[in-house]
Amino acid sequence: MMMWIFDQLLPAIDPRIGALVASFSLASLAVAGAAVEKAHSAPRVTEFKLKNGLQVLVIPDHRAPVVTQMIWYRVGAADEPRGSSGIAHFLEHLMFKGTDLIPAAQFSKIVARNGGEDNAFTNHDVTAYFQRVAKDRLPTVMEMEADRMANLRLTEEDVATERDVILEERRSRVDNDPGSILQEQMMAALYAKHPYGIPIIGWEHEIAALDRDDALSFYRRFYAPNNAILVIAGDVEPEEVRRLAEATYGKLASNEAVNGRARPQEPPHSAPVKVTLEDPRAGRITVQRYYLAPSYASAAPGEAEALDLLMRVAATGPVSKIYKSLVVEGRKAANAGGWYSDSGLDSGRLGFYAVAAEGVSAEELDTGIDAVIERLRQDGVTQQELDRARASYIAEFVYTSDSQSRMARHYGWRLATGMTVADVEQWPDRLKRVTVEDMRAAARKYLVDNNSVTGYLLPAPGHASSTGEKRANAPANKGKS
Amino acid sequence: MAPGVALLRSLLRHGAGFAVASLIVSAAPAAEVATMKIERVVSPGGIEAWLVESHANPLIAMRFAFRGGAAQDPNDKDGLAYFISSMMDEGAGPLDAIAFQEREQALAMRMDFDASRDVMLGSVQTLTANKDEVFDLLRLALTVPRFDQDAVERVRAQILAGLKFDENDPETVAALAWDRLAFQDHPYGRPIKGTKASIAAIEPSDLKHYADRVFARDKLVISVVGDIDAKTLGQVLDHVFGGLPAHATLSPVADANPPLGPNREIIEMDVPQSVVQFGHRGIARKDDDFMPAYMLNYILGGGGFASRLMEEVREKRGLAYSVYSNLYPYQHGAVFIGNVATKNEAVGQSLDVIESELKRLADQGPTEAELASAKSYLTGAYALRFESSSGIANQLLWIQIEDLGIDYVGKRNALVEAVTLDDIKRVAKRLIEADRLITTIVGKPVAAKAKDVPG
Repeated sequence: MMMWIFDQLLPAIDPRIGALVASFSLASLAVAGAAVEKAHSAPRVTEFKLKNGLQVLVIPDHRAPVVTQMIWYRVGAADEPRGSSGIAHFLEHLMFKGTDLIPAAQFSKIVARNGGEDNAFTNHDVTAYFQRVAKDRLPTVMEMEADRMANLRLTEEDVATERDVILEERRSRVDNDPGSILQEQMMAALYAKHPYGIPIIGWEHEIAALDRDDALSFYRRFYAPNNAILVIAGDVEPEEVRRLAEATYGKLASNEAVNGRARPQEPPHSAPVKVTLEDPRAGRITVQRYYLAPSYASAAPGEAEALDLLMRVAATGPVSKIYKSLVVEGRKAANAGGWYSDSGLDSGRLGFYAVAAEGVSAEELDTGIDAVIERLRQDGVTQQELDRARASYIAEFVYTSDSQSRMARHYGWRLATGMTVADVEQWPDRLKRVTVEDMRAAARKYLVDNNSVTGYLLPAPGHASSTGEKRANAPANKGKS
Repeated sequence: MAPGVALLRSLLRHGAGFAVASLIVSAAPAAEVATMKIERVVSPGGIEAWLVESHANPLIAMRFAFRGGAAQDPNDKDGLAYFISSMMDEGAGPLDAIAFQEREQALAMRMDFDASRDVMLGSVQTLTANKDEVFDLLRLALTVPRFDQDAVERVRAQILAGLKFDENDPETVAALAWDRLAFQDHPYGRPIKGTKASIAAIEPSDLKHYADRVFARDKLVISVVGDIDAKTLGQVLDHVFGGLPAHATLSPVADANPPLGPNREIIEMDVPQSVVQFGHRGIARKDDDFMPAYMLNYILGGGGFASRLMEEVREKRGLAYSVYSNLYPYQHGAVFIGNVATKNEAVGQSLDVIESELKRLADQGPTEAELASAKSYLTGAYALRFESSSGIANQLLWIQIEDLGIDYVGKRNALVEAVTLDDIKRVAKRLIEADRLITTIVGKPVAAKAKDVPG
């Protein structure tokens, strides 16, 4: 089975597989649109607000007798006090520790005993907690989630043990993997001023110094009904959710101290940056390129839609321009692709990557990526490419609407980063208005050297692992074979 | 090509085990799942599929499997099944790779293939409106794959690049070493993704030969969920699968010797955190004790924060971010496997804690309260697996692969409820042998010191 890890969404690709981890694609949340008008099955979304400011979204889906609850806080790693990197994610872990009502370390166990599954994740802009349960258990998990919004109890021992867990998490996610280390360095270069340059999980030395007071003061500042969005999807009707929400979250006081999310913004860059990591564990030569670009939340009208479709044509899958150019025709790369990280509150980014074919140097790959980008700037994309990518992209929503938990996640994400339900629902129409001219203009505006960070991952000489006769070193070698 | 490779990498570290585990782990009140109507559809041409008809969304999810996965790879061609699974959208019939993939995109379809140890898995999702074209593309892929030389070379390069990364990925290294130690010369001891040498040696004719041998109607199971009725599905089945040979030509796979240690291998790698895989022989899916064993594993390490290993290793001591265990009831050799990752200085301590928890559970069994919690989770959560069309299709596929019967969904929670504390205690003694673990450690582990850990 899958582990129940408290998952952090790293804004990163895994160069080994070229899988985009971070960016939640908007396709998955569109709810109307020509390509899918007959779909009609798009659930009717109901939205309301409690007196204490809690925003509530209900997405009915009666196919299975189960519900998904998600609570989204409008706070993430980019809201951390300077020098306390990792506290948003640390607090997310600590939220499972206990309250006056929930005994220590029992939260997930109680959910499990109720036949449910739960988890949480932290990003630069949002922190979210969720449970999936049979519908008759919804009141229970709503009561539990409301309770820990206001009544978290932490002991020094809880905090100390969990800090060790998080340091292990950092080793697993970052330090054991040179690809992740490079991504961390590239993000730090791309966002020299904005806190997106600080890793969500935190820098190791700052994690090591986090304490109970840091966690509780972050909690008191940001965890409140007026800074949260409740999303309930599944076999339930809006009126029932309203009644339950008023009986649980409705009892909590709003927090007037919650005010805005003023982060230092990234100034324009005036020179490209290059980051090189040589590591014996690097595997194959990999080149990545990031560009600063607006996100859906920060873009001028229509611009994010153009970038979104541009990156679909340019870099998504085996029919993309970069794959055709570097893998199929040029044979410089074993794999190549890219992504648009479009969901940030303050900024987005465009990414390209290529994994070298045998015997190809990083410089050759870099030149190859340059050529693809230059052609995008010069020639843009064809109408046929646009049409094909757009049809498939818009249609993806039907696949997403097949899962209540995915619907909850995608609506929640967009609402927590400043969109409205209407924005989400009108997105396919906005995509339909994008022209090849818009896409070329977006390419020319944002695929600019000075906006970029290029990362080289290079295998260093020497072997990372040896499988020789090491067994004598085993702590309890009882070698038999 | 790339997506196939990526999917496999991300989904199937242990081949079939992943899917088996998800089958067994995930679903709502038993009664309500039981009301879902599963129809056994037999096409005019005699091809069977299980169908859950639902018109709530305009889409169709199909899953299918051919018995005969990576275990069918010839001795010197490790990775052949995996290679094929990455080639399935690289051109078929009149369409070369690019034409095929452009068509996939234009049809907004999703198609994936995975090679696991015992089965080759396929999945297709389509909008109802595009179903005829999509199923025809699937027919082409299965019955007239091209395996063009340039596409083969492209995928070969991708697999080789992937293997190069795997060499440096501590989890993969630990898993491959574990399989070697546990299964030795048995096909399960060989790497599903092959080796540099075996991948380099695979020719298009090998791919063709494997497809001819394995893609056959008598080894095929199919599940379909969504916006399609039985009659239409019957026509689709004949169209897509009717052109396949009636009979597969599989090599016999011997049953593996049940893996038991003690045996411990350390593979040095310059990483700050050691990654460990431990385990030994498991229990077959058909064994009468499988359900108690499954519940035992939930209590030990399969239940996330409800499990003893998580409690003792992570919650009490902060030794790891993740620690868990699973049963992998492969057809020819079931195993029980656990994983943990701990900083080099503390890995000995982590392993001591794990071994002593295994011992304690084998000696004393779980408590009544643990059994009650396991039952309430497993019965309550069963419905969660049936939340989406693709989820339902996956469940129905694995029920067929494991040959559990079309009434299994309705019976399953009663099987969980029927397990007694004595059953689990008996199975704990039968299954767990804490001093006979096979353990692989990748990293720079510092030898274990004292066993007097805090907590």
